[in-house]
Amino acid sequence: MSDTEVAARLLAEGEVEIIAEWLRLQETEGGGGSGRISSAELRVQCDRFLALLRRGLNQGAETAQDAAFAELRDMLRDLSRSRAIQGFTPTETASFIFSLKEVTFRLLQKDVGAAWALNRLLDAFGLYTFESYQRAREEVIARQQREITELSTPVVKLWDSVLALPLIGTLDSERTQVVMENLLQNIVDLNAEIAIIDITGVPTVDTLVAQHLLKTIAAARLMGADCIISGIRPQIAQTMVHLGVDLNVVTKASLADAFALALRRVGQSVTRVVPAARAGA
Amino acid sequence: MSGGDLREIRSSDDVVRVRQEVRARAQALGFSLVDQTKIVTAASELARNTLDYGGGGTVRLIELRNGARTGLRLEFEDQGPGIPDTEQALRDGFTSGRGLGLGLGGARRLSNEFELVSQLGQGTRVSITRWK
Repeated sequence: MSDTEVAARLLAEGEVEIIAEWLRLQETEGGGGSGRISSAELRVQCDRFLALLRRGLNQGAETAQDAAFAELRDMLRDLSRSRAIQGFTPTETASFIFSLKEVTFRLLQKDVGAAWALNRLLDAFGLYTFESYQRAREEVIARQQREITELSTPVVKLWDSVLALPLIGTLDSERTQVVMENLLQNIVDLNAEIAIIDITGVPTVDTLVAQHLLKTIAAARLMGADCIISGIRPQIAQTMVHLGVDLNVVTKASLADAFALALRRVGQSVTRVVPAARAGA
Repeated sequence: MSGGDLREIRSSDDVVRVRQEVRARAQALGFSLVDQTKIVTAASELARNTLDYGGGGTVRLIELRNGARTGLRLEFEDQGPGIPDTEQALRDGFTSGRGLGLGLGGARRLSNEFELVSQLGQGTRVSITRWK
C-alpha cells in the first residue's frame, strides 16, 4: 500500500474527529468565527475538501498539480475567490488549509510516510489558495481600473455643435490618452465646432496636465473645433501664473460662462420667457 | 538633514500618493487653499522630475515649527545622472526631455525657499519650503 493510499485510509478512519477538530480550529483562529461565513457553509466546504482529497489520494496522486486533484483545485480557487470578495484577509483564507495541517499532524504517530505525503500536499494546496486569492484581488483591481477609466471620461453634447468634457481626477495617467481620443472622436461624430473642457474636478494642474490640455486643444483645432477651458478656480489660476503656463485659449471661471460664450459663437442665445399674464399687467 | 517622513518615488502612482500626502499635511498645518495648491503643484513637478529624470528616488516631508511660523519642507533626492547646468535647467522653456520645461522654475516660483544641488553622475537633491 502506497503512502498516499495509507493517508486516504487514515483520513477516512478518523474523518469525524478530523472534521470536528478542523472546524473548531477555524472558528477560533481563522476567518470562520467572524460571521462572514456560516458554520453550516464552512462544514460543507470541509466535507467536500476532505472527500476530494481522499479521492485524489486513492488514485495515487502525489503532487498538488496531479490531474486527480483537478476538481480539488477548482474548489479551492472558487473558495479563495469568494473569500477574497467577501473581504477575508489572505491569512484567514489560507488558514482553511493550514489549520487542517495542525489536525493531520497527529497522523504522524500512525504512519510517518503517509503523514509526510499529506503534509507536502497540504502545503502546496495552502500556497495555491494564496495564489488564487491574489489573482481574484488583482482581477477586482483591474476591473475597477477599467471602470474608472470609462466612467470618468464622458463627452456631453450641450447643444448642436457644442460639446463639453468634464474632467475629473488625476490627469497624468494613461487615462489622459483615453480622454483625448474620446473627445476627438466625438468632435468628428457630432460635427462639433466648440468643445468646452471643464477642469473643475481636477485637483492639481501642473505642467504635465497643462501639456496634455495644450495637446488636446491643438488636436481639436486641427479638426476645426475651438476649445474653451472652464472651471479654473482662483487657487489654480494663481498657481498656473507662477508656473508660467499659458494655455493660449479662451478660459472661463465656470461652465455656465463657457456655455454662454459657446452659444454666442454658434449664433444662438438664451432669452428669458416672460409669461403672457404678467407681460400684460 | 534627518527627521520627517521618507516616501519612495518609484512609479507614477507614487507621484499621485506624494501629492495626496502633501495636500493632507498642508491642510493639517492650516495652509490657505492657495498655499496648499502651490505646494502640492510644486511637489507634483519635483516628484515627477525625480521619477522621469532621476530614475526614481525619495522625498522627505518635514513639518517646520519656527516660533510662530509653521511651514512644510520637502526634500527630493535621487541617485540619477545629475544636472549638467542647473542655471539652464531652471530657465523657463528648457527641457532635456519632452515636457514644457516649466516644472523646475515653476516649483521655485511656487515656493518660499528653494535649493537645488546636483552632482553629475551622483544625483540631484531639491529642497523646497513653503511657509504658512
